Amino acid sequence: MKKTFLAAVLVAVTSPFYSALVLAESATIAVAANFTKTIEMVGEEFTKETGHQLKFSFGPTGKLYAQVKNGAPFDAFFGADERSPLKTIDDGLGLKSSYFVYAQGQIALYSSQYPVKTQPLEVLKEAKFKHLSMANPRTAPYGERAEAFLKSKGLYDGVKGKLVNGESIAHAFQYVATGNAPIGFVALSQIVDPQSPIYKKGEYWVVPQAEYEPIKQGAVILQRGKDNAAVKAFFDYLKTPKALEIIHAYGYSTP
Amino acid sequence: MTTLSGNLYLKLGNFALNSGYFELPLEGVTVLFGRSGSGKSTLLRAISGLDKHTEGELYFGDVCWQNGRQALPTQKRHIGFVFQDAALFPHMTVRQNLMYAVKRLPKSVQPADFAEIVSRVGIADKLDRGVNFLSGGEKQRVAIARALLTRPDILCMDEPLSALDWRSKAEMLTLIEDIVSAYQIPVLYITHAPAEVERLANQIVFMANGQIERIETLQESLSRIDSPLFDDEGAVSVLQGIPLSVEHGLRPIQMGANTLWLSDLTELKKSSVRVRVLAKDVSLALSDPQQLSIINHLSATVLAILPEQNHRVLVRLELADGQKLFSAITEHSAQRLQLANGMKLFALIKSVALAE
Amino acid sequence: MVTIFGVEVSLQPIWLTLEVAAWTTVILLLIGTPLAWWMARMQSASKIVLEALVALPLVLPPTVLGFYLLIIFNPNGYVTEFLRFFGYEGQLTFSKTGLIVGSVFYSLPFAVQPLMHAFEAVPQKLLDAAATMRANVLDRFFTIVLPLSQRGFLVAATLTFAHTVGEFGVVLMLGGNIPGETRMVSIDIFDHVESLEYDQAHVLSAMMLIFSLLVLMLVYGINRRFGVKVG
Repeated sequence: MKKTFLAAVLVAVTSPFYSALVLAESATIAVAANFTKTIEMVGEEFTKETGHQLKFSFGPTGKLYAQVKNGAPFDAFFGADERSPLKTIDDGLGLKSSYFVYAQGQIALYSSQYPVKTQPLEVLKEAKFKHLSMANPRTAPYGERAEAFLKSKGLYDGVKGKLVNGESIAHAFQYVATGNAPIGFVALSQIVDPQSPIYKKGEYWVVPQAEYEPIKQGAVILQRGKDNAAVKAFFDYLKTPKALEIIHAYGYSTP
Repeated sequence: MTTLSGNLYLKLGNFALNSGYFELPLEGVTVLFGRSGSGKSTLLRAISGLDKHTEGELYFGDVCWQNGRQALPTQKRHIGFVFQDAALFPHMTVRQNLMYAVKRLPKSVQPADFAEIVSRVGIADKLDRGVNFLSGGEKQRVAIARALLTRPDILCMDEPLSALDWRSKAEMLTLIEDIVSAYQIPVLYITHAPAEVERLANQIVFMANGQIERIETLQESLSRIDSPLFDDEGAVSVLQGIPLSVEHGLRPIQMGANTLWLSDLTELKKSSVRVRVLAKDVSLALSDPQQLSIINHLSATVLAILPEQNHRVLVRLELADGQKLFSAITEHSAQRLQLANGMKLFALIKSVALAE
Repeated sequence: MVTIFGVEVSLQPIWLTLEVAAWTTVILLLIGTPLAWWMARMQSASKIVLEALVALPLVLPPTVLGFYLLIIFNPNGYVTEFLRFFGYEGQLTFSKTGLIVGSVFYSLPFAVQPLMHAFEAVPQKLLDAAATMRANVLDRFFTIVLPLSQRGFLVAATLTFAHTVGEFGVVLMLGGNIPGETRMVSIDIFDHVESLEYDQAHVLSAMMLIFSLLVLMLVYGINRRFGVKVG
């Protein structure tokens, strides 16, 4: 407690932009695994500026939702889609007023072998590859959008027999990154991350936003975090230009 | 007669068998004798080719069984093996155990007479039993029958009696003797019981510390006063004779001009028997005493007088037919009788037993 | 599609699972038998290394094994090159064959360990006795070792089969969730849970639970029934 107090005093002295009346608190936040890097970066900045401590628990959205529903001690929930966080509101666990779309995932077609940057649709049409990797359309929004995109372009039937599904977008990415699938729909965030195994390798094409329903990732404050100052502050912070800059840099767009 | 010769080496953990060069004329029963840990079993396994780490050389007649690390596999050596605990196959009946041996006979080998062996060994009525329902003695009989059915050139027996009670032991010894004389198969027999040696052995391989110490005949071994066969009962003599039919309620055993009378009347099917006499049961008399309860009086000649501890002497005698007999008496008695080499006298034997 | 307890479930993943498990069991018994025999007779220190290697899938998270296999099996890797050299043109990832290969690794200890223990329990004396009756190595193995290790084989087969049926991590990593090819029951259940179709998940999970229970009861039954006395 002493430490936290000292930190709060320190913040009060060094951060004239921020209300020094709020004492630093800590919060535990469940975050969809795909947003791991981004939220860590934002969180770091946030803690630097406010003194609030954040603990993140990462996992697949469905699993996190099941945990929330079964009483896991989370103050807020950042899904990889809108459905799960909205469901917590229906369940009476999420605070409706706090809900907002914190990021939108962008789909990219990546290949280590095919000229997808210049002729993405031709490559998909010719379908010379053995396997096309994407996330499972039943369980992952990235997969659903990729499938819908293929269908809208009339390409789906041509590649149907070559589809391999990862259980999550991370898993679909793994198939491409390890070379088992020569081409795949992945998240832009997985390519532009400097620590990504395919960073600056192969080539990619960002599927234009107009071509598919935005992959909205919703966040909600949970009952447990109702009076938690850290959570409230973090939700506000995510809308500041500084946070948005980080989010965009990691390959996400915002509404 | 075939000779088994060679020089075998086998290291097993801390123990090493290092037999030294040996030549065994294979006739009758050759006993491997020694304390436990002396290397008898290891030597027998090495001879049988059952341990693939064996090195050295081994010839059965002029057939090479082992040359350096190269070994003729056991299954090509024509060895019959009777293990300490029978080693019957638990998932087979007695008959299946026996047929296992018969089915694998090479075409060139004439099968043995199954019915004859089975009845001689005494298991004819147990052929369809599971082997787990046999007594220890019965198991060992099956094991012997099984080994005989392989038509072996040599029969190895590793302490076949050690797991049996004394009654089964006596029966099995008779059976083994019977088999040796009936089938004329040379036997390599491991034991640490002197009584078994005296009953069965033609020759003895003495082993200690993984080495062969000496190879000698039973008689040679029994003529040494420091023979390893002598235990806490002291020196022992083994006499061989021909059993005659019972007279006056006693069994006469003919030994040249002498006759030995036994009170043991068990049926004897053999033409020759061995009797075992403890040296301390033999007294000496200068003349043939007639008024004495002891009935066995044998005329003998003194061969040697060997001083022992505690003022006792061991007198080595030669009987009329050339067999040797020990008598243990006090130094005082020896002086009183003024014993000397070459003296003729009478050996009075208080108790005689057929070798076990 | 069939309807069980009013819930529509696809049976295809179930048949696929049984097929993969059956192949894995057959292959593992064929590979595991000589391996277990060799290990049972080994006395050198290298036995420890081998035992540890075989037991590795017991302690490794299946996803680790799956991840490595994913890397090893990639179409440009040595393994694929090697297989191509022998005329196998397929790709191991995203295929039933690959799943079977992965399962063979994953279930290896479940086949090898019971077999090894069964083999170790066969007294050397019986083999020696058979050798003196002119049985060669193979003859001894088929007439003495096999019949005395029946129980070990039954346990190895049931455990391997059941363990493969319940496999998730390796299939998840290697499979690509292709219906009829790599979508096994465990993955199907996972998908149902992920897409919040809890009814289907319940039905399939209950089937798995009952199946596993029956298999384990079978194994313990074998253990009790076949208390073959040796000696």
